[in-house]
Amino acid sequence: MSTEETSSATRTPLNGHDSAQPVVLSVRGLRVGFGTRDILKSLDLDLHQGEILGVVGASGTGKSVLLRTIIGLNDRQAGEVSVFGEVLDPARRTGGRGNVERRWGVLFQHGALISSLTVKQNIQIPMREHLALPKALMDELAMLKLQLVGLPEDAANKMPSELSGGMIKRASLARALALDPELVFLDEPTSGLDPIGAAAFDDLIVKLRDTLGLTVFMVTHDLGSLEAACDRIAVLVDGKVLVTGAMDAMKQVDHPWVRDYFYGVRARHLSG
Amino acid sequence: MGTLSVLHDGDVLLLRPAGDWTLDTARTLDPVVRDVRLSGKTAIVADLTDLNALDTAGAWILCRIMRRAREEGVTSITIRNASADHQTLLASIAAIDQKVAPDQTVRQPLKDGLARIGQTVAGIWQDTLDVSSLTGQVMVGLVRGLLGRGRIRIAAIVNQLERTGLSAVPIIALMSFLIGGIIAQQGAFQLRYFGAELFVVDLVGILVLREVGVLLTAIMIAGRSGSAFTAEIGSMKMREEIDALRVMGVDPVEVLVTPRLVGLVIALPLLTLISDLAGLFGAGMMTWVYSGLSPQIFIDRLQEAVVLDTFLVGIIKAPFMGLIIGLIACSEGMRTVGSAESLGRQTTISVVKAIFMVIVVDGLFAIFFGFAGY
Repeated sequence: MSTEETSSATRTPLNGHDSAQPVVLSVRGLRVGFGTRDILKSLDLDLHQGEILGVVGASGTGKSVLLRTIIGLNDRQAGEVSVFGEVLDPARRTGGRGNVERRWGVLFQHGALISSLTVKQNIQIPMREHLALPKALMDELAMLKLQLVGLPEDAANKMPSELSGGMIKRASLARALALDPELVFLDEPTSGLDPIGAAAFDDLIVKLRDTLGLTVFMVTHDLGSLEAACDRIAVLVDGKVLVTGAMDAMKQVDHPWVRDYFYGVRARHLSG
Repeated sequence: MGTLSVLHDGDVLLLRPAGDWTLDTARTLDPVVRDVRLSGKTAIVADLTDLNALDTAGAWILCRIMRRAREEGVTSITIRNASADHQTLLASIAAIDQKVAPDQTVRQPLKDGLARIGQTVAGIWQDTLDVSSLTGQVMVGLVRGLLGRGRIRIAAIVNQLERTGLSAVPIIALMSFLIGGIIAQQGAFQLRYFGAELFVVDLVGILVLREVGVLLTAIMIAGRSGSAFTAEIGSMKMREEIDALRVMGVDPVEVLVTPRLVGLVIALPLLTLISDLAGLFGAGMMTWVYSGLSPQIFIDRLQEAVVLDTFLVGIIKAPFMGLIIGLIACSEGMRTVGSAESLGRQTTISVVKAIFMVIVVDGLFAIFFGFAGY
């Protein structure tokens, strides 16, 4: 339980990956399959406090499955997932864990804002569910989160259907941050954003990590995000983590997919 | 636990927050900090030595009092002994120039009430326009198809016939059987007082063939297929699938609405026939059990009581019912916007409106046939 105590007590902003930091999320021997096909085969992964980890892999290699399995939305056939030093029991469904859910936030790929509630009400869902705060304070905090993620204040009373794609991502991030989580899961946060919007989103995530001391697990396709935001990159190949390391280390990896990915046309374009 | 000790030292206000200032303690801290009096102070010093954990909620509460102080004319605001983390967090929260957007729900009972009446009236007119326009589009599409200048999608129509017609047969047969039986049983009990138990056959025969068969079928189909049409078309509308069809040069009315409408117009008379037969069968069984009328007697009496016109008066209404249900369901589906809530609302409206219109139209037919002498 010592991991849990340290992780909640200290919130050191980190500027890089530091393996001396306590492990916030640890995945061991994870196996997930649908029908007869195994998507993830004996996958191991560690996430240290304060780092931004980018998970990459070809389409269909199970990046999103990994994320959904960690947060308990998918069943797993074998393996162990522990968050904040607490082993998550696969038999207990998401919704019953309470304590863990208060300490993590999830940004779904398409935002998953509740369409019948305004943006402000969406941000207040976790606060209403887990805390008994006065309404005035809840309104202030919701507005604070809204502006923390860079949304204009008049977005508060809009319905999700009135927002643009980028605004939906930001509003959804504000909801994920509603309870000041220590760990944030982002599923393709910059997909569907224009390059400028995507770069701004990357900056936002780094800035939030530095000020709020977040630990970030990011599934992404975006080389720009990997370059700009991620401290460490984990490459998924054949249902396993092939390699983890910083961007520079990725370029040394001798594997066809990794080479194509980091040295492909788009990558060359990025490095100029 | 989070606490705040306040020290008044002449013009200087010394704030010493201690313990955890987080979301969990925000509830108790919020009123305490709101109540701190600032009048007559020129300087505020916040000493964060004893502050343990701080999150955005705690930082906001601290920043809020600083902001209030600045608004009330306090010139010197200092934060002392803040750890590096706390300083970063406080700086980023303080940098946000928060304005709380007012809730947009300002209630004006009279004006809102009048506005709602106006909207309803305008809505009824809009409904009429929408349904007429949809009817027009379907008719034009069908005529063009028959003239060979457009397409009539036979496969789609057959598919709809199966979904709305064939698969509804069991439930409609069962329901009509039961209702026919219930009417016969109740009728027999009442007519027994007059010694006219045999006339229960007339009662059931005319009632089922003229009204009950077609009404039951139409109501069941409005609930079963009308809701499905609205939900299908509505969710396609929500996901921009209808827009996609349109820009690919495919007419959504031709692909989505016409097959459903044609399917219903064909299916409803057939289902009504089944409903009529099942209703009469149920009545026959019930009179046999309760009144001891053998099937032979029931059929003989039925042949005297019922003429072909009785049956035709009922079945002629069926295609119109199908048309009404289909048109309402499809036009409500097309009106879905944005949210999941909207889809649910349109589906409810579609079913309620379709059942209501079915009964209204049945009444109009009854008046018409009354005048026409059938």
